[in-house]
Amino acid sequence: MFENPRISSVGLSGVLVSFAADMQERANLAALAFRAAIDAQDWPDVIETASTLVSTFVAVDLTTTPYENIRVRLQDLLTTQDWEDAPLPQGRKLWTLPMCFEGSHAPQLGEAAHAAGLSEREAARDLQNARTRVITIGYAPGQPYLDAVWNIPRQSELTPHVPAGALVIAIRQFVLFTAAMPTGWRQVGQTAFRPFDPDRASPVVLAPGDEVRFAPITADELSSLQDGDSLGGAAWETLL
Amino acid sequence: MTRHLRVIEAGPAVTLQDLGRSGYIAQGLTRGGAMDRRALYEGAALLGQRVSAAIEMIGYGGAFEFSQATRIALTGAPMQVSLDGATLSWNASHAVPAGATLALGGVRAGAVGYLHIGGGFDVPTLMGSVSAHLAAGLGTILTPGTTLPLGCDTDDKSGLLLPQHARFAGGSIRIVRSHQTHVFGESTLARFLNTTFTRDARANRQGIRMTPDGDGFAAEGGLSVVSEIIAPGDIQITGDGAPYVLMCESQTTGGYPRLATVIPSDLPKVAQAPLGAQIRFELLDMDAAVDIEQRANAQLQALPAACQPLVRNPLQMQDLLGYTLISGVVDAHANPFERGPS
Repeated sequence: MFENPRISSVGLSGVLVSFAADMQERANLAALAFRAAIDAQDWPDVIETASTLVSTFVAVDLTTTPYENIRVRLQDLLTTQDWEDAPLPQGRKLWTLPMCFEGSHAPQLGEAAHAAGLSEREAARDLQNARTRVITIGYAPGQPYLDAVWNIPRQSELTPHVPAGALVIAIRQFVLFTAAMPTGWRQVGQTAFRPFDPDRASPVVLAPGDEVRFAPITADELSSLQDGDSLGGAAWETLL
Repeated sequence: MTRHLRVIEAGPAVTLQDLGRSGYIAQGLTRGGAMDRRALYEGAALLGQRVSAAIEMIGYGGAFEFSQATRIALTGAPMQVSLDGATLSWNASHAVPAGATLALGGVRAGAVGYLHIGGGFDVPTLMGSVSAHLAAGLGTILTPGTTLPLGCDTDDKSGLLLPQHARFAGGSIRIVRSHQTHVFGESTLARFLNTTFTRDARANRQGIRMTPDGDGFAAEGGLSVVSEIIAPGDIQITGDGAPYVLMCESQTTGGYPRLATVIPSDLPKVAQAPLGAQIRFELLDMDAAVDIEQRANAQLQALPAACQPLVRNPLQMQDLLGYTLISGVVDAHANPFERGPS
């Protein structure tokens, strides 16, 4: 029923190329690679592009570019390769985020470990060794969704207040909160890094496809990073 | 001496808004900007300047004091208005003397009013725009005591009027199919098109809830959808079956399925539908929608030429005599023999 990839119009403001009907890692990789390929075409009528969990969005004014015109161009580009096996875009970054997994900064690490069938010690080791990838940015400006190490359900109750910078986990994904909010996801870490800071030279620094690892820090180290700038000690290197 | 506007009093949802921010969808930031983009174009036409930021006022305006003589234009939802006690025509430009106070009260029709300034506002941009995007934490609401520096005004033309465009009472809203229409099925779509909706109290710059006069709507078989891109105007069906029309300050992606999308030129009508207004949706195919949009865009470009000299109501002239009879200026493109509605 779902013929992949599927091209459809998005109102009159663009075109969506979907690689799956539900979240699949290969579709996410295809969406990332196909977005980079569109950007490389440098089509003058493309206003901007984005990738979501499983799709590439191409912002085009369909009142000036006929839908059929952009659809054919996208279809032609789609047939040039198997996008699910395409290499990830060039220029991606590997981020190292100082992350505190201790005490009140990881209040649900025990619960999350239990849900994943691990001891708390094993869970902490998994998080410290994790190398995750930004699947998409969304919900709030700059807020990254990362592929997580375990597949655990959301909790049934909302935690009323989880702070900005919280690392939360559910359903095979991490989210790094840009702002304090209630959530049904479990908090397993805390960083001083702010994914969105409008006063920073680059308000949003993480990009879909970037990879992220967590450098464990103590509560005291977290506290001193929180007194510093909004990068919170985050560092990056270019992935080759 | 710098010209400025001082906020003496402000309603609960008064912000600076321009056309918003483009290019940040991939970073999770939607365009934002004025809810009623047509009103921005009208203000620019009335003041003979480029489209720039205006003060957007949802429901209720406020009181604004001008340090120097200033040209203003009032567009969008007509509001109670008083300039040092004298009333002013809406959808028109006016000369305001130094030290005057403009009081804007509740809306008389529609939902969102706009105050434009000759020369615009001289305020710093953030990520390419001065628009407050409250959902993203960009900018702030305007509160009493705020002083906004005004830009240099190179023009002195005022006393122009644009005919009122009908968009302040709900009515028929034109839509096109969305990339997720298929998850609802044709019979649900048909029932949606046969349903009358009431604009709900749950409405803000992120989205406006439309309460159906019958049962709610749902994807076939309760199918859940993967979180996907949101376009302004997307009609999202939430858990209880009522649609929300997603507006300029929505999130960039969402997991509730979208039944259809409002065409861009009808979004001002959605934004301006007052509480309790009746709404019906009319489905267009892509070709018809493109045709309507092209004509609407041409109409926006023609607004400067559509400005007419303001015909004064003699009953108001006593009050205005002191300072506004300077505007015998006629737009070069306007037909001088046509008169605006009095």
